[in-house]
Amino acid sequence: MAEIPTRTPIRTPIIRPSSVEFESRTLSRPGRSDRRALLLRRFARNRTAVAGLCVLMVLLVAAVVGPMLSPWAYDDVDRQAFLSPPGGAHLFGTTQAGRDMLALTLHGLGKSLIIGFAVAILSTTLAALVGALAAYYGGWLERFALWIIDLLLVIPAFLLIALLAGGGQDGSASWLLLVVLLAGFGWMLSARVVRSLALSIREREYVTAARYMGVPGPLIVIRHILPNIASLLIIDATLNVSGAILAETSLAYFGFGVQTPDTSLGTLLGDGARQVNSFPWLFAAPAAVIVALILSVNAVGDGLRDAFDPDSDVQG
Amino acid sequence: MSLYLFKRLFNYVVLLTIAINLSWLLAATQLNPRALYEVSNPPLDPVSIENNLRARNLSDQVPLATRWWHWSTSIVRHWDWGASPRGGAVGEEVGRRIWVSVRLIALGSILGAALGVLIGSWTAMRQYGIADRTFTFLALLGLSIPSFVIASLLQVAATNINQLTGLRLFEFVGESGARGSGLVANLLDRAQHLLLPTLALTLLGAAFFSRVQRNLMLDTLGADFVRTARAKGLPYRVAVARHALRVSLIPTGTYFAFSVATLFVGSAFMEIIFSFHGMGAYAVETIHGQDVHGAVAVAAFGGVCVLSGALLADVLVAWLDPRVRLTGGHRLG
Repeated sequence: MAEIPTRTPIRTPIIRPSSVEFESRTLSRPGRSDRRALLLRRFARNRTAVAGLCVLMVLLVAAVVGPMLSPWAYDDVDRQAFLSPPGGAHLFGTTQAGRDMLALTLHGLGKSLIIGFAVAILSTTLAALVGALAAYYGGWLERFALWIIDLLLVIPAFLLIALLAGGGQDGSASWLLLVVLLAGFGWMLSARVVRSLALSIREREYVTAARYMGVPGPLIVIRHILPNIASLLIIDATLNVSGAILAETSLAYFGFGVQTPDTSLGTLLGDGARQVNSFPWLFAAPAAVIVALILSVNAVGDGLRDAFDPDSDVQG
Repeated sequence: MSLYLFKRLFNYVVLLTIAINLSWLLAATQLNPRALYEVSNPPLDPVSIENNLRARNLSDQVPLATRWWHWSTSIVRHWDWGASPRGGAVGEEVGRRIWVSVRLIALGSILGAALGVLIGSWTAMRQYGIADRTFTFLALLGLSIPSFVIASLLQVAATNINQLTGLRLFEFVGESGARGSGLVANLLDRAQHLLLPTLALTLLGAAFFSRVQRNLMLDTLGADFVRTARAKGLPYRVAVARHALRVSLIPTGTYFAFSVATLFVGSAFMEIIFSFHGMGAYAVETIHGQDVHGAVAVAAFGGVCVLSGALLADVLVAWLDPRVRLTGGHRLG
């Protein structure tokens, strides 16, 4: 199968595990903290990334603290105010069912954040393990893993997720199924990148040494191979957060996302987008929050990539 | 070489066959066409429901293996992809909708990629200038907004402009409206309906491709062969256009092939918001409509798109990469 480009434009030679780094790290212990300080300094110099991190923090705090401060709970129904415009008792207005838009947006933000982070952690872990194990063992295991990756890439993921998520619409746990599905169809491209990087690490002396000392394969992968591509994994996980939130939003637009009475930013947006011309407040608040959220996550991801990438134009 | 190509094609066909069968298995077990008949009021006779479902090979009382055999043999023998629970043949529907999708995305995807390549190359040559920073931020913004939000905002803007001017400058329902006769009026009418979706697709494509192209261009601008070309006396513009740009277009071409291929099903938002009844909208309708055969046909079509994207990418690389066609009389420098 031809080389399928990664979903997000990562600069072509992504991150080469550099041997200089490895030596300084083993010969003298301070090497690691030096590197950490260097990364921190590079990240801090990128103003967009720092601003993104700040916005992300504000959104996290709002999602956790907001519902406690808000006078309305997200599932409260105000029988005095159906579809009322912003102002008065409801700062962001109410929905057709008389639910407070501000409380709904805060709750939806929390749900979207949980989905984004859970999917990112799951799919990056899966990508790291499959990619690195395939590269380390080689042979039929590698061929099988690559074949599964190709197969999953050929099947339109969107359709299958919609099929499977639509089947189990039973209330509160539906978002967990969604997380599993989004992660299950989102790891393949990263796994290919992990494999190609792990292939070169497999040939290193310390891996050979560990093997001859009798360290079992899975342990070598976890202890020696994965830490050396940690930078790629961190970047991948960050970008997966925004990818997962966007994917959930898209699914929710067609009614395959988080189901009511629970809500997410995607579910709110999907409902709001259909009535945007008549009742813009149903659309404005979740739209503004989701753009701020995804923009900040992407900015942090870009900043991390620039900080980690030895070829980047930011000087150390 | 031809053996290599043949093996590759064979592998694609095997992958596709397995993917389609898996999709069928999932669709047949997850979707419930019977529910469509059971909600009807007044209630239908259970025997006639069963007969209807059996006639379309959709009854859940027939063993899965039997249904699968029936479904797969009719495809292999008659190229018959089955029928939807209440409507006609799936194959005809798909055949009609593919062209709707083509008309919707052809212009937008090409314009988006072209604009993206232009902006990306231009900003890469002015790295860290004001223009570069502005466009980099705009591209990041464009990629951070869900596409249906962009489309909805465009629609709101168009409605307001229509109301302000009192003219119907923007049309955003369907492919065409009834407006006069004759070729010119017809074309104008279609163009009017295409304007907004094309604008949305162009913006999204430009955001994506400007990022890709900028990164690739930065890599090639610093490459040795560009410096060599400059050292041999080529003016900066010529060196950039003939060497840096051309080499950086190769990976962009790969991205383009894939993005066009995935756009067929991925443009579902545009199709639903602007009421084009193409393949993307069909994907959503089949699942909502418990249409097992329709969903499988969409999955199959999506798989074919991805694999043709892969093939197209190979062809584009061969066409653009100077290293691949050194024998054609072209020389570097």
